[in-house]
Amino acid sequence: MSVLVYAEHDNAALKGVTLSVVAAAKAIGGDITVLVAGEGCAAVAGEAAKIDGVSKVLLADNAAYGHQLAENIAALVAEVGKDYGHILAAATTTGKNFAPRAAALLDVGMISEIQSVESADTFKRPIYAGNAIATVQSSDSIKVITVRGTSFDAVAAEGGSASVESVDVAADAGLSSFVGEEIAKSDRPELAGAKIVISGGRGMQNGDNFEMLYKVADKLGAAVGASRAAVDAGFVPNDMQVGQTGKIVAPELYVAVGISGAIQHLAGMKDSKVIVAINKDEEAPIFQVADYGLVADLFEAVPELDSKL
Amino acid sequence: MKVLVPIKRVVDYNVKVRVKADQSGVDLANVKMAMNPFCEIAVEEAVRLKEKGVVTEIVAVTVGPKASQEQLRTAMALGADRSILVETDEQTQPLGVAKALKALVDKEQPDLVILGKQAIDDDNNQTGQMLAALAGMSQGTFASVVEVADGKVKVTREIDGGLQTVELTLPAVVTTDLRLNEPRYASLPNIMKAKKKPLETLSPADIGVDLTPRVKTIKVEPPAERQAGIKVASVEELVDKLKNEAKVIS
Ligand SMILES: Cc1cc2nc3c(=O)[nH]c(=O)nc-3n(C[C@H](O)[C@H](O)[C@H](O)COP(=O)(O)OP(=O)(O)OC[C@H]3O[C@@H](n4cnc5c(N)ncnc54)[C@H](O)[C@@H]3O)c2cc1C
Ligand SMILES: Cc1cc2nc3c(=O)[nH]c(=O)nc-3n(C[C@H](O)[C@H](O)[C@H](O)COP(=O)(O)OP(=O)(O)OC[C@H]3O[C@@H](n4cnc5c(N)ncnc54)[C@H](O)[C@@H]3O)c2cc1C
Repeated sequence: MSVLVYAEHDNAALKGVTLSVVAAAKAIGGDITVLVAGEGCAAVAGEAAKIDGVSKVLLADNAAYGHQLAENIAALVAEVGKDYGHILAAATTTGKNFAPRAAALLDVGMISEIQSVESADTFKRPIYAGNAIATVQSSDSIKVITVRGTSFDAVAAEGGSASVESVDVAADAGLSSFVGEEIAKSDRPELAGAKIVISGGRGMQNGDNFEMLYKVADKLGAAVGASRAAVDAGFVPNDMQVGQTGKIVAPELYVAVGISGAIQHLAGMKDSKVIVAINKDEEAPIFQVADYGLVADLFEAVPELDSKL
Repeated sequence: MKVLVPIKRVVDYNVKVRVKADQSGVDLANVKMAMNPFCEIAVEEAVRLKEKGVVTEIVAVTVGPKASQEQLRTAMALGADRSILVETDEQTQPLGVAKALKALVDKEQPDLVILGKQAIDDDNNQTGQMLAALAGMSQGTFASVVEVADGKVKVTREIDGGLQTVELTLPAVVTTDLRLNEPRYASLPNIMKAKKKPLETLSPADIGVDLTPRVKTIKVEPPAERQAGIKVASVEELVDKLKNEAKVIS
């Protein structure tokens, strides 16, 4: 039995979430192969070869894969993956985009966002915004799975010495083309992997007020997130949304500022180790999950917090 | 051009579901059901494309129990011209639904299929991508802007790092994200009119698909409960607790 792990990267460097996907692969058991598909991504394959527990790296370096277009990647994964028992990808927007497509090409079902591996064919995954956890069993010959990164402890990035082989099944399906992208640039840590996350909600009132959160975040080395209401209102960009339909985070410390605590928001952060809520409404549901709640006006509390750190 | 909009009947997003004591699933008896919010966004987008003159016909479709007719009527009240129910009491799963939708695509030959990016009950986020694979169509998932021009569709996608824009050949599958539009409410006259719009019912056998589940649900449990914590009286106390009790900052 062997497991194929799809590497998440930006052509230059491997993303940390891949280490969590490898951890899930280890829990399943068997030889682990990592597939690196991209353009000019040989360095990523080199990094992948060093991951603890990886026995082989497949490198598909081709312009057709440069922007991770789902049509091309899914065809590649279905072709390369047909000899494996499991195909694993991170539950990121990249994994969510191509994995179901690859599964359908292989005529198998798919299991989204697993939180734990019970056995080689049985997994736990959240449903209903995390209000229920389903244990599901797949009867398919190839199990296509996306892995919730925050649920698996990353394996060591060093320690392995896998071989790197090129795969040459490149094909541009000719169905889609890349036009452009706007990638948020920030010196702060990425939301999904940050140890501390500070999120603002509708209570922040506007985008300028998020400066207060950025200042605190920079003192703590934290990432900054937001509720859907704050994103919809245009205070901050979409990539900052935490929740059922945004990003899932599970940091050591999560600070919710001016966020009421709707179930869709809680779905994205309630596995955090310590939760702090700052809200002026003492009835706000966020206090039901907060380890430390502060009933206060955020416009006083946040600057004070900044000064006390 | 013709648009197919697959929609799904789900628990209303305001409902906090409870797991059944026998762990067989969640308790859906007497719970308010509604159209999946992402599907409402899909219907709205199709209607806007029709209002712009890009689209000529909107067909809403669903795979599910008889009661899903309610959501098809809602879609027609919002502007869909007609609808198709593939009736089943089987626990539908994305691959089966995608196969049923593929059969409807073959039958209807739409230029565009607009679906929700995820259904808020099972949170799978699979169906659109699977349909695209089976039908050999391009896909623009997690769309926040959709522009149809010159026989192509340009889709701006919400991705983890920000936004990505791709250009797709038609026919294409588009899945909706939250920022694509703000769905309208159905007006009373339109709700009345929708009652007269055509709703066709088919069986899985009629379209030659097998909806047998591939993934078996063994049990469904409630998530680990979080202990309610304490209220602190001041920022000073908060900082002290975080440093000395929780030890998460230094
Ligand atoms: C299909 C669907 C998907 C969704 N997905 C997500 C998701 O992924 N993530 C998400 O977050 N939401 C999601 N939502 C939205 C969710 O239901 C809530 O609407 C949203 O989380 C509310 O954001 P909020 O808490 O910032 O705003 P509100 O609920 O308006 O809360 C604002 C809070 O700020 C407090 N406040 C105001 N002023 C101050 C002040 N001066 N000082 C202190 N406190 C103050 C108020 O007391 C209030 O509690 C989704 C909804 C749907 C239907
Ligand atoms: C009574 C009943 C009980 C069920 N119980 C369970 C259960 O306990 N566990 C379980 O895993 N599954 C269960 N299902 C199956 C489940 O509801 C979904 O239909 C299936 O898993 C599809 O996944 P999703 O909705 O998360 O798809 P997603 O891929 O998240 O849906 C994305 C989009 O695809 C479209 N779409 C999805 N489903 C349909 C559809 N049926 N018809 C038309 N368009 C659609 C919509 O546009 C939707 O926004 C049950 C179904 C029924 C009818």
